[in-house]
Amino acid sequence: MKPIFFELNEGLAIAWRAIRANKIRAALTMLGIFIGVTAVVMMSTAIKGIDNSFQKGISALGSDVLYIDKWAWFSNDEWWKMRNRRKIEMEDFYRFKEMAKLPLAIAPVSNSRQTIKYGDRKAEGIFLTGSNADYVKTTNFTFDQGRFFSEIEGNASRNVAVIGSEISKSLFPRGDALDKTIKIGVVNFKIVGVLAEQGSVVLGPFNPDNQVFIPIGTIFKNFRSRHFGTVTINVRAANPNMVEETKAEAEGIMRKIRGLEHDEPNDFSINQQEALQEQYNSVVGVIQIAGLFITGLSLFVGAIGIMNIMFVSVKERTREIGLRKAIGAKRRTIMAQFLLESSVICLLGGLIGLIAAVILSLMLNQFFPTSIQYDVVILAIFISLLTGIISGLAPAYTAAKMDPVDALRYE
Amino acid sequence: MNIINIEHIAKVYKVGSEEVHALRDVSLKIDKNEYVAIMGPSGSGKSTLMNMLGCLDTPTSGIYDFKSFSVSEMTDNDLAKIRNKEIGFVFQTFNLLARSDAVHNVELPLIYAGIPTAERRERAKQALIDVGLEDRMHHKPNELSGGQRQRVAIARALVSNPAIILADEPTGNLDSKTGEEIMALFHDIHEKGNTIILVTHEEYIAEHALRIIRLKDGLIEKDENVERRFVPKAKVIA
Repeated sequence: MKPIFFELNEGLAIAWRAIRANKIRAALTMLGIFIGVTAVVMMSTAIKGIDNSFQKGISALGSDVLYIDKWAWFSNDEWWKMRNRRKIEMEDFYRFKEMAKLPLAIAPVSNSRQTIKYGDRKAEGIFLTGSNADYVKTTNFTFDQGRFFSEIEGNASRNVAVIGSEISKSLFPRGDALDKTIKIGVVNFKIVGVLAEQGSVVLGPFNPDNQVFIPIGTIFKNFRSRHFGTVTINVRAANPNMVEETKAEAEGIMRKIRGLEHDEPNDFSINQQEALQEQYNSVVGVIQIAGLFITGLSLFVGAIGIMNIMFVSVKERTREIGLRKAIGAKRRTIMAQFLLESSVICLLGGLIGLIAAVILSLMLNQFFPTSIQYDVVILAIFISLLTGIISGLAPAYTAAKMDPVDALRYE
Repeated sequence: MNIINIEHIAKVYKVGSEEVHALRDVSLKIDKNEYVAIMGPSGSGKSTLMNMLGCLDTPTSGIYDFKSFSVSEMTDNDLAKIRNKEIGFVFQTFNLLARSDAVHNVELPLIYAGIPTAERRERAKQALIDVGLEDRMHHKPNELSGGQRQRVAIARALVSNPAIILADEPTGNLDSKTGEEIMALFHDIHEKGNTIILVTHEEYIAEHALRIIRLKDGLIEKDENVERRFVPKAKVIA
């Protein structure tokens, strides 16, 4: 054990001398590894960040909620087939609500996009969700201030609104949104509730933080005809174990409402968060592989750079190698010397790259979700060490197998 | 006991499809504390013989015994070990590590011998004192004169207390006055009981030795003991 440690120690000292002797060259070579490691680490933290954010967002949707819709979220069916389906109307919702026994809550949803104003502050293209008072039971919303609108307010189509946290921030920077009157389009609405941050950037406009919730009747009255466009029926199962039964019941009821014969296919879709998850996994899986491949490529280029410079270094130091062998360096000692040299260069480059990646992702975190993982840190160190060893292998072997007589005579 | 015992060694190189007989049939014995000069024109096989003696290369045929070791049958690693412990090389071109100071250059063989840092520092410094460089310990080769560089190289050869010192044209890159000083140093080293083998093509350098082996066309032409004709003017080692 001791001689190995001794050799490692001496080898490191020799490698360090060699690197210091060619500072600029070593720095340039390190740059290749630095960029590669930074790219790989950044990519994986970004992917991890998106993933965390998505999982947080999707959990706000609730795994036990069914979305009965004209459209399937993800389907192999052709688009035009779904386009030709009948709309789901409010009447369908009323009949569904009468017949369904299992669900915890049932809510119709109709959407619109509008500009929202308070004083001279303005938020454009905001996603409006019109529904009834039960809508909140189909979500896992938490409130910062106030409450969701009541059954009476919902049924009477009062001009009341619940706003998401981002909208609250942009229209009411001082956080005093409650009971204020905002203009949605040209219509006044009173704010009765402000959501706490639900936290998902990934869902984009569908992120509840960027939405305004109003009674569905006010949507039809002010923003779109009740006969234009289709309604989605959100159905929450009584508990997560009841999802399948609730889904079966919902399918039966919908077929009955729609008057479908037993051999006719469904002319509606029952969507679930699960489908979103699956779709997400397949998309992110591809992004992940592509991203790591591309960034891995830059690391590979860095590795070629190291190999190149190590070959030059071996060639340049032919006489030195000859001398070292003449005075007693064994093959494996010479091999270790050059392997250590390339490993030290890579490890230094990798460590600097890692530090840069950490700083960058902390900076990026202001705009974009990132998440540094300890396993990524360890992986980055491991990868840079591995790169050093692999790219040093061929040059080190060339050096080790040199004939001392020829090497000493080399001009 | 002989340190070196060579019997009928030959060395054949393949250059393309042609075979070059660098050494044809050479036998010789070298004793402890001999001072031998190997001479011969270029192409005579003296470089090849020196590589054999220095365990840098193994013969194609014949027997080479170094002390009790059978060099002709050794693996690369064993050769490296024997070079490290038993042979001190001095080259025409010094072959010092350009970016390392004198002490580091001298301690190099001790690193490969696995000697701990403190001890090898001490021994390297002593070797530098022995060759008269006590005030040049931390100079780098480019801060030293040619003669001083060769002294560092000699210190490096001496530091591991080898059985033989093998010097290949040690004065070839030096002016005659400096060369003379280096030869005086070799004289002192020999006086202290070391075995020296000197490879040269200069008659006046060979004159320092007590035995001259002349090679020609891969054979020993003449192997004779000679009278000491050289007495150094001043002692280099105190």
